[in-house]
Amino acid sequence: MTTDSLPVRTADPRPRTGTPEGSTRRRRTRLWLRPRAGRQHHAGPLAYVLLGFAALVSLFPLYWTMVAASSDNTRVTQSPPPFLPGPHLLENLGKAWRDAALGKAMVNSLIVAGVIALSTVLFATLAGFAFAKLRFKGRNALLMLVIGTMMVPPQLGVVPLFMMMTDLGWGQQLPAVIFPTLVSAVGVFFMRQYLAEALPDELVEAGRVDGAHSLRIFWSIVLPVARPAMAVLFMITFVHAWNDFFWPFIVLDMTNPTVPVALTQLSAGYVRDQSLIMAGALLGTLPLLALFVVFGRQIVGGIMQGAVKG
Amino acid sequence: MATSTPISQGGAPGTAPPPAKRAREDRQGLRNLLHRLDLRGAPYAFVAPFFVVFAAFSFYPLVYTAWISLHHVELSSLNLMEWVGFDNYTALWNDDRFWNALANTFTIGVISTVPQLLMALGLAHLLNYRMRGSTFFRVASLTPYATSVGAAALVFTMLFERDFGMINWMLSLVGVDHIDFENNKWAAQIAISTIVIWRWTGYNALLYLAAMQAVPRDRYEAAAIDGASRWQQFLKVTVPGIRATIVFTIVLSTIGATQLFGEPLIFGQGPNGITGGADNQYQTLGLLLYEEGWKNYQMGRAATVAWAMFLLLILVFVVQRVLKRALARRS
Repeated sequence: MTTDSLPVRTADPRPRTGTPEGSTRRRRTRLWLRPRAGRQHHAGPLAYVLLGFAALVSLFPLYWTMVAASSDNTRVTQSPPPFLPGPHLLENLGKAWRDAALGKAMVNSLIVAGVIALSTVLFATLAGFAFAKLRFKGRNALLMLVIGTMMVPPQLGVVPLFMMMTDLGWGQQLPAVIFPTLVSAVGVFFMRQYLAEALPDELVEAGRVDGAHSLRIFWSIVLPVARPAMAVLFMITFVHAWNDFFWPFIVLDMTNPTVPVALTQLSAGYVRDQSLIMAGALLGTLPLLALFVVFGRQIVGGIMQGAVKG
Repeated sequence: MATSTPISQGGAPGTAPPPAKRAREDRQGLRNLLHRLDLRGAPYAFVAPFFVVFAAFSFYPLVYTAWISLHHVELSSLNLMEWVGFDNYTALWNDDRFWNALANTFTIGVISTVPQLLMALGLAHLLNYRMRGSTFFRVASLTPYATSVGAAALVFTMLFERDFGMINWMLSLVGVDHIDFENNKWAAQIAISTIVIWRWTGYNALLYLAAMQAVPRDRYEAAAIDGASRWQQFLKVTVPGIRATIVFTIVLSTIGATQLFGEPLIFGQGPNGITGGADNQYQTLGLLLYEEGWKNYQMGRAATVAWAMFLLLILVFVVQRVLKRALARRS
């Protein structure tokens, strides 16, 4: 049986209330007559200047990381500091790569963030679907519980968690980092909000009429609808897992670190080569910056979509 | 209801349906049963992974932390737990480092959260304008969110360096003498807060922006008709319109602030990191927890600090609820 054999109705049969087109047109005319009345004012020069300044503040430390990473230590530790890139970028990157064992750290971070993001997306979509479209006893109470768990910071359980991981023989091992973060309350909530709006009840009912069981409905109807939100959740979770510091710092050591843990190695020594430190910081950030350059618009949209409105 | 045939009699041979029909009914029955089971059970199966993982790796450890905090446990011998009652708590209460860390967590929390959220509000307002390149500005303000605590703290530590740091160089241009950001208590706390502010302002701005776009237009029109200036519209329409989101970000930032760990640790550059500077001048509760557990090897005491943090969070939530209720009553 394929998806096509399910009697899927894509159009919403319910009559739409009101006449949105007419009313927006009327409103638009009124806005045109009094341009200052609407919400979305056009930006004046001052707004561009202020936003440009904000963008500069946001991006400058990253630019300067690159400048410092491409200079040598003596140049970086002079006043005034350099503002333009120097000739030593590749040399410093290579040295930082070796000194901080960044190769291994990158692979570790990729595994950790990849597994966590995949499992978070899968379980969040399953639970989000159940909370949005299935009826069961205690649904609201359980959903409140999910939201409540967002308030419990991971630091509060860190001592027994460390003991648990030692008992399991997972000390300094990646599973110790992965398992506690396999699910995310924010993710569940995010998918629930998305599916409640994006997935018409009729689709689920049609699947039922056709005799599909819940898992089949999930696989053939929910997953295709949820795909855009899943992509966004994947990226956000990936960024979080990649950057996570506290728990990996405690449970991993320098022989088997993730990238943020490995970076502390660079600054902990007594002989400090600043341009080397910056080269490491640059390397640790580059994968995520690449993600942002390619998917920035989607990540921005996803964060805005997940926000509580009101 | 009781069946018409008492169980003791069993099925009378004459009343049983013919075998073929019975098999069909059985299959139908089985399918119905499976269907009902699916309808009833599947939702629980779908939400189960979340709750199982949460129970095992968050809830159980949280409760167990309380139990550990009543014991003397050393990092080197984790299975030897010696009951000491509330000794860890009284020791913590009498420990100056605890009150110092509590005060530091509070001050760093305030000087990082308040400017951060105010700036995010302003930034969101600007991003809400209709303009060219709005996507660029949105992505640019979110970019710091993509950097790890590690990388961000390393860069800012260098920018705040005493002798050659860029910030001191810029301050010297306007005639301010070099500030020793590492050893001056307030300067260090401001520097650490700067890292937090830099990383999270854009993120919060996007949350506000989303909420702002949901504020109904007619409220602005009504305000404009009443002669409200843009600034008045911002104060009287925008801010009340996104109050729920503002409360949400305050809660999130407060949780973040109580947990502050990576920024001060890395800002301390190695040995001074864990103690939060040579004089504990920027040691947070998170750092104190780590110092007790993984530097002094006293896991029981670390658990006590964790529970102190938990109680602190509960206190914050109670205060926040009371404030929220008071605000709701006023409007």
